[in-house]
Amino acid sequence: MGEGVARFWREIPQRYNFIGNKCGSCKRIFFPPRESCPYCRRKSMGKMKDIKLNGKGEIVTYTIIHVSSEDFEEQVPYPIAIIKLDEGPQITAQIVDCNIDDVKIGMKVESTFRKIRQDGSTGAIYYGYKFKKVIEQ
Amino acid sequence: MDKIGIVSYGANIPRWRIKTEDIASVWGKDGKTISKGLGINEKSVPSIDQDTATISVEATRAALKRCNINPQDIGAIYIGSESHPYAVKPTGTIVGEAIGATPDLMVADYEFACKAGTAAIQSCCAFVKAGMIKYGLAVGADTSQAAPGDALEYSASAGGAAFIIGKDNVIANINHTYSFTTDTPDFWRRAQSKYPSHGGRFTGAPAYFKHVTNCATNLMQIAGTKPEDYNYAIFHQPNGKFPVSVAKKLGFTHDQIKQGLIVPYIGNTYSGASLVGLASVLDVAKPGDRIFLTSYGSGAGSDGFDISVTEKMNNLLRENAPSVFQMVEDKEYIDYGTYAKVTDLLYWE
Repeated sequence: MGEGVARFWREIPQRYNFIGNKCGSCKRIFFPPRESCPYCRRKSMGKMKDIKLNGKGEIVTYTIIHVSSEDFEEQVPYPIAIIKLDEGPQITAQIVDCNIDDVKIGMKVESTFRKIRQDGSTGAIYYGYKFKKVIEQ
Repeated sequence: MDKIGIVSYGANIPRWRIKTEDIASVWGKDGKTISKGLGINEKSVPSIDQDTATISVEATRAALKRCNINPQDIGAIYIGSESHPYAVKPTGTIVGEAIGATPDLMVADYEFACKAGTAAIQSCCAFVKAGMIKYGLAVGADTSQAAPGDALEYSASAGGAAFIIGKDNVIANINHTYSFTTDTPDFWRRAQSKYPSHGGRFTGAPAYFKHVTNCATNLMQIAGTKPEDYNYAIFHQPNGKFPVSVAKKLGFTHDQIKQGLIVPYIGNTYSGASLVGLASVLDVAKPGDRIFLTSYGSGAGSDGFDISVTEKMNNLLRENAPSVFQMVEDKEYIDYGTYAKVTDLLYWE
């Protein structure tokens, strides 16, 4: 078993379904979820409530990766963006399904379910979110 | 089966395409002749981060966006594919978790070459009819494999469609279903083989045509219908020629099959092929329309469906997810080198 299996399994709710949490004291929303609110500290204990985010947001800034870590070498060049989710938290994620020249600050994006990495050809496959441009219907 | 049918549907087609002519030129073949002979202009190619699980999840999420059902009410998930990411570990577990349907859930992965998805629909219908589940999810999806230089390389592509089956708010009643199955070794992949093998021309008359024709004819007899009773007909589409030919032989017109004939634009999505065609028909179907579907899976068998679109179709939020033809048009071409890289044709140590 790859050493990442248990960690990835624990993170399935956030990686598959954007389960974050909300501080019952100050109402701030966190993603990924936190054990306690860093603002309210002791007052938030026992009051952190899971909340499902909608997986949509806007690109705050981005960069194009030309030299990646080993797991992503076959995908270069690819965009990585900081995305401000509709509910407030900012996350880092890969942008897919568009030409890299089309990625813009302020672009509306939504999550898409993709393979993130795998433990070689015999190990576990890890899935999660990436983002793509919102296409108005 | 009274008033059991499709509650919602969704499809997913990867964005990359490679042209038949670009594949042919690598092997020194005449691309125009091959393209015309197969009736395939180009095929979809999964990106390096797409597989049957991701296509199944995206197709199912599209289906859920179009209706207002609670994923927790889905009691069974059956995923039909011949390219499940794992040999042992069900794709349905990944899909169930990703759509929020776990843990009160029956799951199994199906394999029957290109008809595993329609077999999944039949199972869901039976469970709903038996009252064991409220809704069932049936998916047919593939990222199909082809050996480099093989005839299948021009057609083996990626895509899938998902159908929520139930008896509340049914947009399309499944009036009758029937299957025709024999032991016919026209196409197979052994357990440890990377690529499938096939019987060349043997895949035609004794395989595809025999099973599709018998299934379709027997189904119409059971349903008491004739080809002209249907507004749309969909046949399994391993290439652009077989479905056109079998439709004509059975007495269906080109107007009846063109909306569900997607193979010229994206290739053969295997377990997804006839179901992406059905999704395309449901994109435009109106209440009162009648749909005829016959899948085919090598090995071999065909599943047939006689379907009637209901008034509830007017309430389905079809615009909440892209139509099949919108996804067909949303594409980016890649060359053979990129294709070889992402489909794992390259090997090094």
